[in-house]
Amino acid sequence: MNKFAMTLAAGLLGLGTAAMAEVKVGMIVTLSGPPAALGQQAVDGFKLAMDDLDGKLGGHDATLIVEDDELKPEVALSKANSLVESAEADFVVGTIFSNMLQAVFRPVTESETFLISPNAGPSTFAGRNCNPYFFVTSYQNNQNAEVMGAHAQAAGYKKVFMIAPNYQAGRDNMEGFRMHYEGEIVDEVYVPLGHQDYSAEIARIATSDADAVFAFTPGGMGVRFVRQFRDSGLADKVQFMSVFTTDETTLPAQKEAAEGFLAAGNWAPDTATDASKAFVAAFEAKYGYVPGGYAMQAYDAAMLINSAVEAVGGDLSDKDAVRAALEAADFTSLRGDFSFNTNHYPVQDFYQLSVAEREDGAWVTSVGEKIFDDYGDSFAEECSM
Amino acid sequence: MSTTLILIQILNGLQLGVILFLIAAGLTLVFGVMGFINLAHGVQYMVGAYLAYWGYGVTGSFVLALLMALPLALLMGLVLEFLVFRHLYDRDHLSQVLATFGVILFLNQLAKVIFGPASLSVPPPEFLDFSFTLIDGLLYPAYRIAVIVAGLLVALILWLVITRTRVGMLIRAGATNPDMVSALGVNVRQLFLIVFGFGAMLAGFAGVMAAPIFSVEPGMGDNLLIVAFVVIIIGGAGSIRGAFVAALLVGLVDTLGRTLVTDGLRLVMDASSANQIGPAIASMLIYVLMALVLFWRPEGLFAARAAR
Amino acid sequence: MSGASHAVAAPPARPRSALVVAGIIFAALALIPIVAEFAGGAYLTSLAVRAMILAIVAISLDLLMGHGGLVSFGHSAFVAIGAYAAGIMLTEGVYEITLILPVAMGAAALFALASGAVCMRTSGVSFIMITLAFGQMVYFALGSLAQYGADDGLTIWSAPDALGTKWLASKTGVYVTVLIALVGTWALVHRITGSRFGRVLRAARQNPVRVSSMGYSVFRYRLTAYVIAGMIAAVAGVLWATHAAFVSPSLGSWQRSGDLIVMVVLGGMATRNGALIGALFFIVIEEVLSSITHDWRLIFGPLLILIALYARGGLVGLLDRIQGDRT
Repeated sequence: MNKFAMTLAAGLLGLGTAAMAEVKVGMIVTLSGPPAALGQQAVDGFKLAMDDLDGKLGGHDATLIVEDDELKPEVALSKANSLVESAEADFVVGTIFSNMLQAVFRPVTESETFLISPNAGPSTFAGRNCNPYFFVTSYQNNQNAEVMGAHAQAAGYKKVFMIAPNYQAGRDNMEGFRMHYEGEIVDEVYVPLGHQDYSAEIARIATSDADAVFAFTPGGMGVRFVRQFRDSGLADKVQFMSVFTTDETTLPAQKEAAEGFLAAGNWAPDTATDASKAFVAAFEAKYGYVPGGYAMQAYDAAMLINSAVEAVGGDLSDKDAVRAALEAADFTSLRGDFSFNTNHYPVQDFYQLSVAEREDGAWVTSVGEKIFDDYGDSFAEECSM
Repeated sequence: MSTTLILIQILNGLQLGVILFLIAAGLTLVFGVMGFINLAHGVQYMVGAYLAYWGYGVTGSFVLALLMALPLALLMGLVLEFLVFRHLYDRDHLSQVLATFGVILFLNQLAKVIFGPASLSVPPPEFLDFSFTLIDGLLYPAYRIAVIVAGLLVALILWLVITRTRVGMLIRAGATNPDMVSALGVNVRQLFLIVFGFGAMLAGFAGVMAAPIFSVEPGMGDNLLIVAFVVIIIGGAGSIRGAFVAALLVGLVDTLGRTLVTDGLRLVMDASSANQIGPAIASMLIYVLMALVLFWRPEGLFAARAAR
Repeated sequence: MSGASHAVAAPPARPRSALVVAGIIFAALALIPIVAEFAGGAYLTSLAVRAMILAIVAISLDLLMGHGGLVSFGHSAFVAIGAYAAGIMLTEGVYEITLILPVAMGAAALFALASGAVCMRTSGVSFIMITLAFGQMVYFALGSLAQYGADDGLTIWSAPDALGTKWLASKTGVYVTVLIALVGTWALVHRITGSRFGRVLRAARQNPVRVSSMGYSVFRYRLTAYVIAGMIAAVAGVLWATHAAFVSPSLGSWQRSGDLIVMVVLGGMATRNGALIGALFFIVIEEVLSSITHDWRLIFGPLLILIALYARGGLVGLLDRIQGDRT
């Protein structure tokens, strides 16, 4: 209401769009607990983009308000309300985790504020419940697993053992892997979230005569699983494939234990576009660690907002115009090709990645074969928007 | 389900049990002897793991890191005792819960501020960097054997201390009848300080030993604390023997349960439902075990105190 | 529990001033939507709703902890049961709150009866742990409901109807309803604790043997209190589902139960306004501190320690002493 009054006053005074002094972006990511490293990457990625734009978005002064959802739905909800109601944010960028996204989704989109997810891309909002105010700069959650499955199929692995934590994303990723993989799934095992000791699961893998294992064990779970897997000697016999398990947030702790392990994704720090190279160099110089996909996707989210604000000349009151500008995705994505599907999830290329040591001794994922070109998700057809 | 796999899982269960015992031992002493609910015990485990990480970074040697971490963990426990806990011994349990909850929040956050939020790792000592072959293709790291041995040694030493020494006698007496002990002129404050410092050091030791197997991260002790409480309640508060038996029991039930429940359910229902329900039931098992034990023996398996 | 004998006994009843304090708090809460029109907006009201819902749960927990001496470490499970009852019914097309509430309360009552009958066999720390066990069972069970979002939780797409009206679809409607529920809970619990039932419950906390020798069934009184507290918590769960339009298993996690215990102890157990003040303080201080720094726990942790060390009887005890010094 206040915003409306402000716009109205500005209009009456004839100041027009020039009065839109500031673009306000609110960010809700997880900055508490073990997964805080992921949220930190997103914050740093977004901030770097704003630095590159001299603190402006679309040529207008911009402010960024960062909020921590503490990985608690009720906190996420109250922070979302704070951003759209008190701070009157024009864009909300968040979240890292799908369950947090569910908590903030209705309050943000129903206040007609654009919600841009730099990571979480659940199927829930990709199909029937797609929303004109919701955009995703990462992927649909299952896609990396779909890519990994397609690679496993192409590489000819006959028997795959799957392991994931016992929650929805775990099941989604296992489902995703099956999409293009036609060999035998010898077993699928679900461990509790935050699982510590994988020796029981590793013993099952060893006795299952699988020739490859597919894992979705994000964060600290991945650090433990990868190191324990390596220690068990199984890595020589069973190919390790995973998603969200060996990435730039976990590799500093996994190091050589993850050498040669396969992953899948839309980008890696050695992606050979000029924009990406410059981004990685600047990021490492500023923050002192290697950026992962979380940072890249947040950077792209900032550039997306930048392009949209510029396209509408700073007039953010016309929601339809802003939406059209966002849908156009008229910015240079660090990953290369990027456009939005009808459900506002990306259409992009996916690669098989592998873990290797960089010349400077840092452990990173490295881009391998391109698995899919201009790949969209399968839920978009259910979206009528 | 092959016999080999079951045997391997029993070994894994024992190893989990030993780590649980290392954490639960200190907790049960503090709780049994002083009647003190120390929620911060899990965070002392985390402190041990971070000390190992820091010590390894400074010295480059796991053994040196361990030797540095132990006195520091002890010191940490004594500082906490001096600043916070000693003022709460004669207070109700819930004030203790409130204060130690505050300690958890503070130390978890401090770990994040100092070391960052990401998971860290510590390599095992080099002389233990080899493996045994369990079956073709599956190795068992020597370090894990070392953890089991260390746990058993600690159990043995604790047992000797408690049954053979004067301090041990006082601890036993304190667990059974604290009022009588102080009436007999024993310096209970000093006894408490010893028990507390020792308990903190044990938790720190568990943290150091766990660091090369698990990852080091803020809040790593929170869930283990709950499991450690389950252990000491099953075993009977204040009883080292109880903690030992219960820790192994919980380790075995948890490890074997995760393997067997889903497989068992697959015999009676389709695979996807079994995968759905199995893990949930497996996670509940140790709580069901505790509820059953409490139902039949409200004082736990080896109650140290006749009546609480 | 062994601590109960020297537990902070309820401070000398000051019924009138307690009533005044509660009145002031409720009046302030009623004014918040008006204040929010000028500053704070829906953020302020949503924060207040969250605090009020937690206060309802904390008050119900205090009935157990403070008056019954039953420290439940699984109380948030009842909130989750209520919230899921609402979430599932709304997803399945049952929109009428007058149908949802009885089902939610009934489910909570059934669970309280079954689990309570087991829990009441124990006391002290064993009671804490066995309630934790049942709470964890609920938590894991909700996390395995694949058709209702499993661990990620369930987004609720439509607000409940209130007797066919859309009252609960408006933010004002939710706010007023939650406030009424809070005042109602406060009044109900104080009605209960002031009655013969409450006196028996408190007496059983001090000396169960004597109470049972007087011919009262301690078991029945405690179980009844357990069921009542569970049903109140379930109502709070329904309100939460209505307010947040989202439910997840984490509502029933042990951390949440721990927070509730901390709120009650923080405020002051078995006092008229302790649980209420504790819950409101917890939320406000968390909000204020986290707006200063992301590392707000570095301040909040020591603050809790100081309160535990120096404020016997919690915040209410502190207030009483300040008041006592003055008079």
